[in-house]
Amino acid sequence: MTRILASFTAEFRIAVRNRWVAIAVVMMVLFSAVLSAAGSAPTGALGADRLSVTVASLTSLAVYLVPLVALLLAFDAVAGEIERGTLPLLLAYPVSRAEVLIGKMGAHLAVLALALLAGYGTAAVAAVAVDPRALAGLPALFRLFWSSLLLGATFLGIGYALSAWSRRPSGAAGLAIGLWLVAVVLYDLALLAGIVASGDGFFTTRVFPYALIANPADAFRLFNLAASGATAAAAGVGGAAGSIPIWDSLGSILIWPIAALMLAIAAFRRVVP
Amino acid sequence: MTTTLKLSRLTKTYQGVKALDAVSLEVGRGERVALLGHNGAGKSTMMKILLGLIPYDSGEVQVTGAAPGSAAARKRVAYLPENAAFHPALTGREMLAFYLRLRGEPVSAAAGLLDRVGLGSAAGRRIGTYSKGMRQRVGLAQALIGRPELLVLDEPTSGLDPVSRRDFYTILDGLAADGASILLSSHALTEVEARTDRILILSKGVQVAAGTLADLRAQAALPTRLRVRPASGAGPALAAALAEGVPQADGALLIEVPDGGKLAALARVTALGGQVADVDVEPPSLEDIYSHVSRRDGQ
Repeated sequence: MTRILASFTAEFRIAVRNRWVAIAVVMMVLFSAVLSAAGSAPTGALGADRLSVTVASLTSLAVYLVPLVALLLAFDAVAGEIERGTLPLLLAYPVSRAEVLIGKMGAHLAVLALALLAGYGTAAVAAVAVDPRALAGLPALFRLFWSSLLLGATFLGIGYALSAWSRRPSGAAGLAIGLWLVAVVLYDLALLAGIVASGDGFFTTRVFPYALIANPADAFRLFNLAASGATAAAAGVGGAAGSIPIWDSLGSILIWPIAALMLAIAAFRRVVP
Repeated sequence: MTTTLKLSRLTKTYQGVKALDAVSLEVGRGERVALLGHNGAGKSTMMKILLGLIPYDSGEVQVTGAAPGSAAARKRVAYLPENAAFHPALTGREMLAFYLRLRGEPVSAAAGLLDRVGLGSAAGRRIGTYSKGMRQRVGLAQALIGRPELLVLDEPTSGLDPVSRRDFYTILDGLAADGASILLSSHALTEVEARTDRILILSKGVQVAAGTLADLRAQAALPTRLRVRPASGAGPALAAALAEGVPQADGALLIEVPDGGKLAALARVTALGGQVADVDVEPPSLEDIYSHVSRRDGQ
């Protein structure tokens, strides 16, 4: 435990010094503020409280931003140690590679949590300030917060694995951006193309729901939209939220972080310093 | 003598090239052993193997009685890598606190360790601002954590100024006196000569010489040099008496005496009586032995 704490403390300090904390916080606050300002229009039509509507918008934002921030925090984790030449000494210490990674993940999750608190907090304050009923949306916001952390943990783990595989920070950064594009942007486009081609056929009815659940970003979006009352406020993939049981998407966002961490540990164990 | 480190017939191959070929070594408690060899001779490879960082092909390795890289071995072994590197964003104190926590030692020990290596005043500065010598000292400070039984030091004095080098060896002497075993590699042969108990010379992964400096001298059978200084005015007479002597710039004569002939040569010199002002005996240095061994190996 002290060894995990050692890794956590050092990594968090580095994140503060390298201004990752500041960058992540500013990014989340800016986007959240813009969304709360722009997200006011549908309120009357739906009769939902202001914050619930904002949560729906924040969900769409988080699907893009949280994986991106997580991958940015993670890509250097192993490759950076290799490049700086700090890995041989670290691994000569009585600490397991899993402990090193878990400490790093804890620190990076703390950075992400700070950014999310600041961003979502800004949105909450803005919503409550103009609509007292918005307090009713707080549970949805809380749900968005912890599920965002789980989504972040997933992409942190995958980011560490990429970092260990590529062994060079530049290579790891490239892989991370590529992964983000594929998992968050292209995956949905491909599914959309599949639906258009298949119509009401086999793909749409049998494959599509599982394909959505299998992608951690889509599972995250489904879970938050299905769980919140504001499903109708979201377009696109949100429409599918009703047809997939909430337990399936919840299961996916719970399993992914563990699977990603195990993948990262396995990849790190293969690194020869 | 209890054995801290035991290698027997250790062999490691990298893509068909033998990095280490049947190397054997035992290091006892409180012993200081130097590992010499050209770049690429296999010194760092050997160190990394006994730390459990890289696997080996065959042979036997025991580190403090445990398998290399096992939790038990890593607890008792300290390492200073070649060109020690640390995260530039952390201060010296924070970096040591990290290593102290990894070893389960109290973080408060950081200040004392940094003082011991002469970094007390820079403890609060980021390592990114340190010079190479200062980083090397952070490396040494972390190697001192928790009374290790074996210290593996890869070129520990590179980047250190002469005074720091002396301080460094003083610290090592203290550790060895307390029973710690030390295995270090170095290119600075003169310091190794005076400050280690035994020497192992590697060449292209093969152990070409091993033993105390006296053993190595005996094995190499290199000539001893006598430097004979003439009394004033006795120069020409002395040169005639010692015809094999090579005159030096300062007027002295340099005589190379084959191994085993030292006493006879000295007797000849002392028989010249008043013509001789002084005699210096220069046994073959480690540097001589090292270049002899390396040449023999075709390098």
